[in-house]
Amino acid sequence: MDVENMYYHGRINVPYKWYVGATGSRFLVGLRDGKEFWGITCPKCGKVYVPPLKTCPECFVPNEEWVRLADTGTVESFTVAHYSNGVSPSDIPYVLGLIKMDGADGSFLHYIGDADPADVKVGMRVKAVFADERTGNIMDIKHFAPVNE
Amino acid sequence: MEKVGIVGVGQTIYERRKTDTFAELVFEACTSALADAGIGIQDIDNVVTVSNDFWDGRTISSMAIQDAAGAWEKDVSTVEGDGIFGALYGMMRTLSGSFDTTLIVSHVKGSEGNMNLITNAMFDPIYQRHLGVDATTSAALQARAYMEKTGATEEDFARVSVKNHGNGVNNPFAQIRKKISLEDVLNSRKISEPLKLYDCSPISDGAAAIVLSNEKGLARFKKDPVWILGVGHCSDSYSLGYRDLTFPRALQAAAGKAFASAGIKNPLKELDVAEIADAYSYMELIWYEGFGFAAEGAGADLIRSGATAMDGALPVNPSGGLLSAHPVLVAGLARIVEATLQLRGEAGDRQVKGAKKALAHGINGPCGQSHGVFVLGA
Ligand SMILES: [Zn+2]
Repeated sequence: MDVENMYYHGRINVPYKWYVGATGSRFLVGLRDGKEFWGITCPKCGKVYVPPLKTCPECFVPNEEWVRLADTGTVESFTVAHYSNGVSPSDIPYVLGLIKMDGADGSFLHYIGDADPADVKVGMRVKAVFADERTGNIMDIKHFAPVNE
Repeated sequence: MEKVGIVGVGQTIYERRKTDTFAELVFEACTSALADAGIGIQDIDNVVTVSNDFWDGRTISSMAIQDAAGAWEKDVSTVEGDGIFGALYGMMRTLSGSFDTTLIVSHVKGSEGNMNLITNAMFDPIYQRHLGVDATTSAALQARAYMEKTGATEEDFARVSVKNHGNGVNNPFAQIRKKISLEDVLNSRKISEPLKLYDCSPISDGAAAIVLSNEKGLARFKKDPVWILGVGHCSDSYSLGYRDLTFPRALQAAAGKAFASAGIKNPLKELDVAEIADAYSYMELIWYEGFGFAAEGAGADLIRSGATAMDGALPVNPSGGLLSAHPVLVAGLARIVEATLQLRGEAGDRQVKGAKKALAHGINGPCGQSHGVFVLGA
């Protein structure tokens, strides 16, 4: 029997309010109030994590010492995205990068802006550009922009 | 260790926008697997279902399809993640002594949700999700990092796509059955550089199911089982940025365990066929290194050599892989289904002649955070 295929259109829209933890709070307050990057150090392997982690995933011990970091780093990887998923910027193409912050281990995920996407390269030096109005979240950093040192 | 055999397998055709409900997909896969095993639902001692709430668009998605899995009045447990982990859990339950036979089923309708938004939600909500990163953009970051480290090129990635799409033509269950050229891949639409349209797997709907039995339960079945010779699973750290994206140490550990229990020393030589998780073309090259098919950094050399083509030393993804059909969550279980068909000599036009030892692989989490590996033997 042929029937018309019917579809039900829905949307899940559930608000959350996630506590970011004392460690995360300290980092976000630093960004908001002082345009400062704070990382935290593993007492065992010495790795510096930014954004900070309460515990070291490699050593399974609590991280302890806070260290003030510069707002500069090096592009470790990047992608030029040619679509928006509705959360990412609607202005395409945009560049998403993994940035190794100076003095930190691992890399920091954020946008790379103020640059022609075609000019972005691995190894490029970048510096954080802060939002004028900062509210204590990751978008207090607008993006990272290329610097000539 | 007591042995566990695969005694039945079933899968739907994988398509975009299938006109079956979740329950209908699950029912089709389960009844196919039971018919393949030559038994009825009354011969199944317990059921494992695999699902994910975000993909189904409802909470307790695992409970909603239990009627369709014949789970009523049975012990049921659920796995959230790739189907390969459902198979792993089902194997453990079969070995527990509480059950002799286990039915494992996984389903997804990728076409009904929004892949990019759903996979965006797997990232850290405080520091990463808000940036819009999703499965594809994070994969692109991994692909670029891998290129930088190893010198692999976009052309090498394209070679994987050409090989697997070519194989997919022979698989009646595949969603995309189209032979493509290197130029087709390289000239396809840029999605998230360096990844282009044909570097990315399609969004698929479908379901797969398998029936496992311990040695005691085997009396219920007529056919010879395909044996699980070795299993390994391992996870890497979660946060994107705090993990080496260019080498899969979790896969190396998982494969190491699976190969050791299967007595395999040189997997490239000793395996006859491999079905692995090529969600994006480049992944196949990185996984080659994790499996030890190629030395670290030499994944591209292996695809260039032709060793993983249908007529090579180790055909990889004769089914066409995930690049030809990617039912998320189902993919790993489908790899086991494919490997089983190969070992029985029932893989039709995609058959690797005389296959005696097969590999099945599944991944979960961003950029292949966790890996499940099965070595199967006739
Ligand atoms: Zn540490």
